[in-house]
Amino acid sequence: MTDLRRPAMAALRPLRQLWRRLTSMRTALVLLFLLAVAAVPGSLLPQRPLNPDRTRAYISSHGAWGRLLDAIGMFDVFGSVWFAAIYLLLFVSLVGCLIPRIRLHARAVLRKPLPAPRNLGRLPEASSFEIADGPSAYAVAVRAALGRRWRIVQRDEAAGVVTISAEKGYSRETGNLIFHVALLVSLVLIAVGRLYSYQGSVIVIQGADQGFCNTVSQYDSWKPGRFAAEGKVSPAPFCIDEMSSFVADYTASGEPSKFSAHVVYRRTLAAKPEQATITVNHPLRLEGDRVYLIGHGFAPEVTIHMPDGSVRHDTAAFIPQNAATLLSEGAFKEAGVPDKNQDIGVSGFFAPTPADSGDNVITSVSPQVNNPVLGIFVYQGDLNYNGLPQSVYSLDTSKMTKLGAVNLQVGDTKSFANGVSVTFDGWVPWASIQVSHDPTQGYLLAAAVAMVVGLLGSLGVRRRRVWLRITPSSDAHDRSPTVVEVGGLARSDSGNFTAEFAGLLERLRGAATPTQRFVGAGKE
Amino acid sequence: MTGINGSMAHLSDTLFTTAIATYAVGMVGFVAEYSFGKRGRIAATVPVAAPTRELVGAGGPPVELPPTTPIESTETAPSSERGSAADRIGRFAFIATVVGLLLHTASIAVRALAVDAVPWSNMYEFASVAGLVAVIAFVAVLWKAPQVRHLGGFILLPVIVVMFLAGTVLYSKAQPLVPALQSYWLAIHVTLVSVAEGALMTSAVLTMLFLVRQRYDRLSETPGRKIGAITAFGARLPAATTLDKVAYRVVAFSFPLYTVAIICGAIWAEAAWGRYWGWDPKETWAFIVWVVYACYLHARATAGWKGRTAAWINLAGFGAITFNFFIVNIVVSGLHSYAGLN
Repeated sequence: MTDLRRPAMAALRPLRQLWRRLTSMRTALVLLFLLAVAAVPGSLLPQRPLNPDRTRAYISSHGAWGRLLDAIGMFDVFGSVWFAAIYLLLFVSLVGCLIPRIRLHARAVLRKPLPAPRNLGRLPEASSFEIADGPSAYAVAVRAALGRRWRIVQRDEAAGVVTISAEKGYSRETGNLIFHVALLVSLVLIAVGRLYSYQGSVIVIQGADQGFCNTVSQYDSWKPGRFAAEGKVSPAPFCIDEMSSFVADYTASGEPSKFSAHVVYRRTLAAKPEQATITVNHPLRLEGDRVYLIGHGFAPEVTIHMPDGSVRHDTAAFIPQNAATLLSEGAFKEAGVPDKNQDIGVSGFFAPTPADSGDNVITSVSPQVNNPVLGIFVYQGDLNYNGLPQSVYSLDTSKMTKLGAVNLQVGDTKSFANGVSVTFDGWVPWASIQVSHDPTQGYLLAAAVAMVVGLLGSLGVRRRRVWLRITPSSDAHDRSPTVVEVGGLARSDSGNFTAEFAGLLERLRGAATPTQRFVGAGKE
Repeated sequence: MTGINGSMAHLSDTLFTTAIATYAVGMVGFVAEYSFGKRGRIAATVPVAAPTRELVGAGGPPVELPPTTPIESTETAPSSERGSAADRIGRFAFIATVVGLLLHTASIAVRALAVDAVPWSNMYEFASVAGLVAVIAFVAVLWKAPQVRHLGGFILLPVIVVMFLAGTVLYSKAQPLVPALQSYWLAIHVTLVSVAEGALMTSAVLTMLFLVRQRYDRLSETPGRKIGAITAFGARLPAATTLDKVAYRVVAFSFPLYTVAIICGAIWAEAAWGRYWGWDPKETWAFIVWVVYACYLHARATAGWKGRTAAWINLAGFGAITFNFFIVNIVVSGLHSYAGLN
């Protein structure tokens, strides 16, 4: 131990005390409990990273209360300072607890089992019996009877007395340490993974020239980790050149049964095109990246006659408003001659299986396509008068005049004023594709497996110590035979140690040559 | 994916209802044995001050011996005297439980055939499987320690409650799996969760009995203290240390299982949702449950937290499981929205 009387050491005393307190089991327990409690609001309140829209709605509908919760990080619990404080303290506490334990365990593994206590009868389990063998002969028999699972040391005491110290269950602490070290490694891997990970998503319409490559600018949404933020994708950009077909299968009762996207892709820009099918539980795995199918919808195709007489063919992805019926909304934007108010904007809805809910209001009753209807509102004017970026799925009609509205079936054409007409040519499916990258998740799985292995050792193995003292026969007193005293100690998880010890005693007895007169005295 | 076999689904429902009824008969029998059994009455009238001997059966709870019985003959002694009315009721209750177990198993198997997949993809099916696991756990304990038979009511009561809720509030018709659930991970992940949670329910029941027994011991040590009706149950329960030990063994068995279940869930989430962990409400509560049981395991090894405090942490863990099953499925929306309650 360090000498605490020296002034430099004395100054460190409060620090040492703080360290000792932080690394105590009691503190770790409190922190662990706090971690559980702190996670609760993260599941009950809407969380910004998961659902920004619901979070915004919650804050605006709860006024000051919502703003207070926002100020203390309740809408991003798992990214908040206080949540991080708890798990970082726990991390430090764990490190401080593990280092001395690893040292102690290493010493225990290297050390021989302890010598037998003087009085074995005082141990929780003890017994004695008499045998006809001599001490050294019986000691050999004991080694064989105990088997390889026990670590055995034989020692000689005065007057020919032989003691045997046996110990087993070292893998309990080994497992315990493996579990905790693997847990620490997992936390580090998760943190590193978060820094370098990225996630991008993009809507891909079925058909040629609608694909994308793995570069930031081509994604509709892009969520990078801190070190992936400048857009470096690794190892090399791949390309999903085309989604050649998307198929949604339904059961007879209308439940979805299978979604699959057939894609043509290149592993690198220079690689040969390959084909793959992506389904819900089976992403396309490229080196370091996974390509997922996470959603789908419809993209109506239209032909629009513009006021200047030109003809436009357009396909636009419509966004489902109802997950069950896939009633979708979207817009077509056709820029005309600049500054002449000749832009045409079409906003509308797509009903895959339309139903008239009265007053000619069309809604959808099924996600399967059956005589679909495209309902449109047609506008003429200036689409983007202020030059600001705007959503491609909706129209800013503040500088536009409405030409009319109509519900079209496939093949229908409707003419409006100024020579404008819209034809509903048909539709193609689109798929929402997500690309995820996390460089550490494979290592994390390995660490998780190590955690389970450690846990099994730590909870399944039992630590036991047994001592035998074999006192040789002496001619002085009544020709007493060799006496064997046995004592046992359950160092952990006593479980059924009484029964276990009784079984062990039976084996030890069986290993000896019995004496003529059988004397057995169990400790009761 | 083929459709649903309607007549088989109907048969499964009928078997399910019959199983509940049969369990109910078994529970009434166990309670009768518990209340009128001779051992119970002896234990209730003999002063506790006399040191009770304890004999631990292999792997199971021990027998607390009536003072008059010689030690050798009680190793497998039933909880009531052989041939007595209470014993006969107990045997009958046990048979009813086993018949219920067979009907219950048949109900799940037929449902599996009807949907052509593992039948635990919604709350009704999950609750049914978790109940089955709890009953199997109890029958397995009886195999090793028949002397705890009279405690059967304590296990069957929560099972019946859960199954009743499953069959009424949580019920959903047999349906084919939605694409997100079409994965072999459904069989692995959900099976592990239901086995671990079914076992943890058993541990929670044992922990409650432990708390009752401990309170009984504490109150009966101080003379003049009144013992309430619930605490009086403690007189007929196994020793407190034994209940504590068995409850711990069950957690020591379930905790690694639950850990593997979460890891399998993470592997599945990586394949289905694009990330192994995303703090979805269900995931968050699985994390909370895991942390609370980790607390329990640590508390049980910490001076000052052993015994009662650890027991309450165990119950808090089961509370979190219950919350995760009922509240998160029904009230909170998230990616794990397979409750089938729409």
